[in-house]
Amino acid sequence: MSTAKDVTDASFQADVLDSDKLVLVDFWAEWCGPCRAVGPILDQIAAEHADKIELVKVNVDDNMAIAAKYQITSIPAIKLFKGGEVVKSVIGAKPKPALEADFAEWLK
Amino acid sequence: MRQTIIIGSGPAGYTAAIYAARANLRPLLIASSVEAGGELMKTTEVENYPGFPEGIMGPDLMAAFQAQAERFGTEIVFDDVTSLDLAGDVKTVTLGNGDVHEALSIIFATGSAYRKLGLGDEERLSGHGVSWCATCDGFFFRNKTIAVVGGGDSAMEEANFLTKFADRVYVIHRSASLRASQTMQDRSVNNPKIEFLFNRTVERIYGDASVTGVGLRNTVDGSESTLDLSGLFIAIGADPRTHLVHGMLDFTAEGTIAVDGRSSRTSLPGVFAAGDVLDPTYRQAVTAAGSGTVAALDAEHYLASLPKDLLAKATADAEPARVPA
Repeated sequence: MSTAKDVTDASFQADVLDSDKLVLVDFWAEWCGPCRAVGPILDQIAAEHADKIELVKVNVDDNMAIAAKYQITSIPAIKLFKGGEVVKSVIGAKPKPALEADFAEWLK
Repeated sequence: MRQTIIIGSGPAGYTAAIYAARANLRPLLIASSVEAGGELMKTTEVENYPGFPEGIMGPDLMAAFQAQAERFGTEIVFDDVTSLDLAGDVKTVTLGNGDVHEALSIIFATGSAYRKLGLGDEERLSGHGVSWCATCDGFFFRNKTIAVVGGGDSAMEEANFLTKFADRVYVIHRSASLRASQTMQDRSVNNPKIEFLFNRTVERIYGDASVTGVGLRNTVDGSESTLDLSGLFIAIGADPRTHLVHGMLDFTAEGTIAVDGRSSRTSLPGVFAAGDVLDPTYRQAVTAAGSGTVAALDAEHYLASLPKDLLAKATADAEPARVPA
């Protein structure tokens, strides 16, 4: 089970946009097989770079406003926020080395 | 070193593992990191797998396959194969995490990958209205107008599933008749939210940030038209996923791995193929499972023919070597 914090429509502002850290947001849902596959990989990446990034999860079933705001039409959608702005987006489940490469600039 | 390594975790790979494990081959199965379970992980109800008269959800079926393979001692690694060396008596399999595993035989069952339309904007708008997975992405098209491209069973399944969310689902198909089974055709034709556009090909996908429509061409009279859409689901079939073995094995004219008659024996001794990688025609969960059985039995037979001293070196508890980072 993931230890990542669940962020909601109500807490997104405080937990993500106003955070002074880099926040990796995993938009997911129970019924999404690829989300379940990539979830543990994101947990690993976050654990290995805990000094750099914080991982949070947004369940799109329960938080449709935030999913709509960021125009999510495909999950898993993984977005990295810095100072309230999206600096990198990855759509779809990918193997760990591919995700590490996608976010390499912020994991160094 | 192992007696056998199975690459792939769909119905073919797991069935091969069940048979190999029950034959005491102590198989290692490389399941992939994010696509473990294969194609059925992205489907909902599977109604044509024998033994489940009420149907079963695709992910539940694959969880049962996995549990059955593990029950008899299959060891499963959730990582991706990055390279293979299949030429000698001892085959090597290198994984994404750097581990290198050795085995006397390989069962290659990596399935197939979704075919793309091959249009310029397809990749750019992928995840922004262009999708290959209705069960993953349908949710986001509530009360929208969308289309499915394709005329086979998977296109019909996607179209029907998507009507749970969308107001209208067009099915765009290049010919005048569907390839789908009669059951699936009937279900689609009788669904009031589905409308068929026959003899049409998708020529363009429109949209800046996300899909806004498609340009269609009529294959009979050549006329062109535009259709406003929020989403385009592509279900035009799949190609065997064989890039790992290109240049190593013989292939058929259809692009599948060539095997000897009805066996699973490829052009290299000790290398066996199962499932979609050798089947250009049927590509069903149950035929893939049958094909996995054939591969496990062929591998067992091959191993029994090897010199005893070579076979003695194959013990399952060997630690993998690691490629220096």
